[in-house]
Amino acid sequence: MYHITIKGLNVSYGNHHVLKNVSLEIPRNKITVIIGPSGCGKTTLLKSLNRLLELQEGVRISGSVLVDDESVYDPKVDVTELRKKMGLLSQRPYPLPMSIFDNVAYGPRIHGTRKRKKLNEIVEKNLRAAGLWEEVKDRLKSPAASLSIGQQQRLCLARCLAVSPEIILCDEPTSALDPFSAQKIEETLSELKTDYTIVVVTHNLRRARRLADYVGFIFLGELIEHGGKKDIFENPKDERTRRYISGESYL
Amino acid sequence: MNLRHVEERCFKVLMIAATFIILGSLFAVIGVILVKGAGALSLSMITQTSKGGYYLGKEGGVLNAIVGSLYLAFGATATSLLVSLPIAFCLQREYVKARTANVVRLSLDVLWGVPSIIYGVFGFTIMLLLGLRASLLGGIVALTLLELPIMVRAIDEVLQMVPRELKEASYTLGATRYETMFKVVTRQILPGIISAIILAFGRGIGDAASILFTAGYTDHIPSSLLDPVASLPLAVFFQMGTPFPEVQERAYASALILLIIVLLLTVSSRLFSRRFAKFVIR
Amino acid sequence: MRVRKVIDGVSEKVMCSVTAAVSFLVVLIAAGLYLKARPIMEITPIKELLTSSSWHPLKGEFGFYPFLMGTFWVTFLAMIFAIPICLLCSIYISEYAPRKMRDVIKPLIDLLAGIPSVVYGVFGVLAVVPLIRDTAHRINISTTGYSVLAGGIVLAIMVFPIIISVSVEVIQSVPYEARESSLSLGATQWQTVKKVVLKKAFPGIVAAIILGFSRAFGETMAVLMVVGNVPQVPHSIFEEAYPLTALIANNYGEMLSVPLYDSALLLGALILLLIVLLFSMAARLILMRGGR
Repeated sequence: MYHITIKGLNVSYGNHHVLKNVSLEIPRNKITVIIGPSGCGKTTLLKSLNRLLELQEGVRISGSVLVDDESVYDPKVDVTELRKKMGLLSQRPYPLPMSIFDNVAYGPRIHGTRKRKKLNEIVEKNLRAAGLWEEVKDRLKSPAASLSIGQQQRLCLARCLAVSPEIILCDEPTSALDPFSAQKIEETLSELKTDYTIVVVTHNLRRARRLADYVGFIFLGELIEHGGKKDIFENPKDERTRRYISGESYL
Repeated sequence: MNLRHVEERCFKVLMIAATFIILGSLFAVIGVILVKGAGALSLSMITQTSKGGYYLGKEGGVLNAIVGSLYLAFGATATSLLVSLPIAFCLQREYVKARTANVVRLSLDVLWGVPSIIYGVFGFTIMLLLGLRASLLGGIVALTLLELPIMVRAIDEVLQMVPRELKEASYTLGATRYETMFKVVTRQILPGIISAIILAFGRGIGDAASILFTAGYTDHIPSSLLDPVASLPLAVFFQMGTPFPEVQERAYASALILLIIVLLLTVSSRLFSRRFAKFVIR
Repeated sequence: MRVRKVIDGVSEKVMCSVTAAVSFLVVLIAAGLYLKARPIMEITPIKELLTSSSWHPLKGEFGFYPFLMGTFWVTFLAMIFAIPICLLCSIYISEYAPRKMRDVIKPLIDLLAGIPSVVYGVFGVLAVVPLIRDTAHRINISTTGYSVLAGGIVLAIMVFPIIISVSVEVIQSVPYEARESSLSLGATQWQTVKKVVLKKAFPGIVAAIILGFSRAFGETMAVLMVVGNVPQVPHSIFEEAYPLTALIANNYGEMLSVPLYDSALLLGALILLLIVLLFSMAARLILMRGGR
């Protein structure tokens, strides 16, 4: 039983065909890593899952994305509920212009949680889950922008967990961070996979090797191959995958 | 559908309503002036100067005001262009530090916000001091003060977008700053200068408060810089102020003429800024 | 070669002195007005000038209170109309309207900015004043229509383009990621606008409103034509008022034979200038700090 099923997904911006007929199944409670060189449509694939893509001008999307066998692009779907189900951790942390506490409480609040006690619990629980609680517990009221960039990314993770998503989408979540913070985020993600389905996009192969259970390789908008970590890294079927993984020129 | 979606819907309706109110007021202003003005507009109004007794509803037109306004606006726009170009160039990195430039920009922006009546009052005070009467010259000076900040800031904005490489290319050929600015950069920003000119001209031709004391009013077309001069906005204002309905009708027509001039200027500035882009390096 | 160097040097001197002169123009204007306004301030204390309601130039009594109140009420009313409408419209243009619609609406709103103030005045007399008179009569309020309300409506239309163009620019400069973070948590678009975008854009929007306010405060001709010009402190929005700008426009240049009259009017101009300077300086500093 797959958690997300993508079938024949095509995305284009104007005349630029970004994703070409991508089909992929993403298993539940595992980390699936999408690898591929920069500018090959990895981020586009990620944002097409929670429909952030359609906010941009001139985007055309066809094909289907099913989450728990329900179509994401069904006009009857409440897009806000859908996005709540899928948290997004973006490349650069973007804390909202408010305090640390309010950042984490933002999501629960917009979904109707008002009680102070409940909010306190949620904030503490998720900051702990993101490994940030010990560092910020004494200054929850200070602005989120006062944190270091690594702490900000963990704050964004806590913020994303606070709406209890089922899926976490990560777009190069560690590439803007120092090695220490990057390692912390990776550890946290590995711990979280028992409860969440995680999709990570990266062009960093070492990181992919450390994190992944399943791997998909995207090249120039096409999904070249996908499978278990072992299969892809040790025994790639496609020549292009083999070259990319071995670090040879892929052109 | 839960509460927050209802809220979203409500606000979206309000936003569209607000946009309609704003566009509606634009069309209302243009429509009212067009309907009322067109009824009173006649050929003689734009081909004849006002004859004696014009304000009692007798013969004549507002040619003196149309020509006067053009004199005033051309004079003021030419003067302020002459002053604006050096100022705008001076704000570039070649001449002053960024900090100083920003202080000057701030003072220009503040100048932009000064009400035009202040320029009129200040201009007239200076004229009293020099013993001058209300005249074309006085009007031009007051309008120049009004147009100056508009023009400098508009040219400054386009100057800031000139690619650094372009200036560097000129400097590597051994050109001085003066040559680079006036021979190379000027050509690059020509479309910007032209739309700045049109913008300032439109603002100048429509302003009444600054020339109320400084330019005076007359039935004749001025023959020298020291003659008083009539202007369209003041013609509208004075005609509106008379108790005679026929004269008030003429105010509507004059307002229509003024509105048409200004709208044509605005539209042409949009077109020109595209057309004159021939020499622009992108 | 030497000639070119000399031209370059001389041009620099000329350019910088023109720039310096223009930068001090505001100070020069304020100083000039102050010098001319001093005689009246020496005779009557400034506090009395500002709070007295007695305006009898021939008796030497110059009380600015009714005129200050006139200006204040007209401007205040204009802002009450303009702020909500402009904010809603700015949000619509920058967050909701499809690109094509935005490309049509923006230039139209810019057209409003170019219309001369006397044209707004004529529009006010032809459309707004009669509308107010007739509507007020229907609800049994007697008014000529020339009123604070008419001034407020006309001024509101005049400040629409100023407030909208600045706030649209400010709202659009909020980074896309701010919206994305909020939307990906399942916020609706309106929740995102309300809690994230507007919060980020708040200082800029305040600046936009201040700029609109100072424009309305100094506007002369349009207001002059529709407020009725009766020197009284207005008690309702249907009464006539006499704003400071209208006072100056109607009287300066004509009544110079009355002693101290011109000094009093220039004091009025100075007050106007100082208030507008204060506000527009504040707004520009806010916008500059926002890194624009």
